[in-house]
Amino acid sequence: MNAVLHLAAASRVHGEGATEVHALRGVTFRAHPGELVAVMGPSGSGKSTLLTLAGGLDAPTAGSVWIEGTDLATLDHAGRARMRRTSVGYVFQDFNLIPALTAAENVALPRELDGEKGKVARRLALTALEEVGIPDLADRFPDEMSGGQQQRVAIARAIVGERRLILADEPTGALDTDTGEEILRLLRARCDAGAAGVMVTHEARHAAWADRVVFLRDGVVVDETGADEPEALLVEESGR
Amino acid sequence: MSIRQAMLAILEQGPMYGYQLRAEFEQRTGETWPLNIGQVYTTLTRLERDGMVEVVESAAEDGSDRTHVSYRATESGRSEVSEWFATPVPRTQPPRDELAIKLAIAVTLPGVDVATIIQRQRSATMTSLQDYTRLKRTGRAANPEAPEDLAWSLVLDSLVFDAEAEVRWLDHCEARLRRAAADRPAASAHATPTATPETSDGVAR
Repeated sequence: MNAVLHLAAASRVHGEGATEVHALRGVTFRAHPGELVAVMGPSGSGKSTLLTLAGGLDAPTAGSVWIEGTDLATLDHAGRARMRRTSVGYVFQDFNLIPALTAAENVALPRELDGEKGKVARRLALTALEEVGIPDLADRFPDEMSGGQQQRVAIARAIVGERRLILADEPTGALDTDTGEEILRLLRARCDAGAAGVMVTHEARHAAWADRVVFLRDGVVVDETGADEPEALLVEESGR
Repeated sequence: MSIRQAMLAILEQGPMYGYQLRAEFEQRTGETWPLNIGQVYTTLTRLERDGMVEVVESAAEDGSDRTHVSYRATESGRSEVSEWFATPVPRTQPPRDELAIKLAIAVTLPGVDVATIIQRQRSATMTSLQDYTRLKRTGRAANPEAPEDLAWSLVLDSLVFDAEAEVRWLDHCEARLRRAAADRPAASAHATPTATPETSDGVAR
């Protein structure tokens, strides 16, 4: 299957000479349609760098980043911006919603920036809000919503317009356990429906929602768990 | 061991024969702690010897004149169950933890690659955690309706919390060993917990 996201031996070096820092060292990484991948590692391991490269917000100093078969290095600035708006959705720990816009306007914004007519963009936004379970909050402003509701809006914004790559940076970091689990359920559902998801987290319990867990240390992938079937421990379930 | 009390407690619902008892137990706990039927009958025999249960005969469900041997909790059986529920499970003697013992020995031995032990364990535990989570979100634990399904979902939560705690402890061990290695440079090269087999460029910075 073709990967939606492919980092090919990607490296990122900040500074040079004595102050050189290797944030990422030749990492190869793929995320396929229908797959949620968690990236775990202590701070400084390179997991945020991996996510910014994957989203085209930064470029590798060596190696390449491909999204849906396109090498980002072959795109000019406008092309990369367009790729980010149409193919990639972001979810951040602190939601990053625009306070002066309603939920529906926040979700519609990327579509409008992409030239979609206001009405069409709003309709797409309402569909996305429905998918994340808060159609009735469309006209609320961010400060009139709970953290969990704001994160749902952020997820709606990330998926509006059928984007196939969802990048999430500690998406449950600011939420309590139950609300966090709801957010994971939404991300999981979106991936089950065909998107590729990459989620950076330091919580093992949240990473466990992923099909694969990739461990980063000092800018290198040191290990990875596969997506094997559950072991015989719980045979009872499969027999039902 | 708590199997004895757990079986006795289930028998408070009414008389059962061994296979029923086992099914009721697994309804609540999945196959997390599998019971073999021999073990069930051995326990029942001991409970009978101790006066906690008594044998009752019941007609077979197929209407034939064969009878099942069923067991019923006695008065002393019931008070043992009450006692069990009223008494906290002791933590004074921590259950033997093979991983803690393994790491405790490993960090003191020259030539053991502790970092690799930690990473392999973390992957293995993470894989179990993924399995439990999959069962939690897809199986009968996902939308528990019957009390037995809720019980099973809580057992899964317990497994999830245990596995999560283990991963956190492993992260903690790794961080402390790295710090310890950084504090005594070149003292003992084998204790440097950075390089793993997959790391091709363990360049010192």
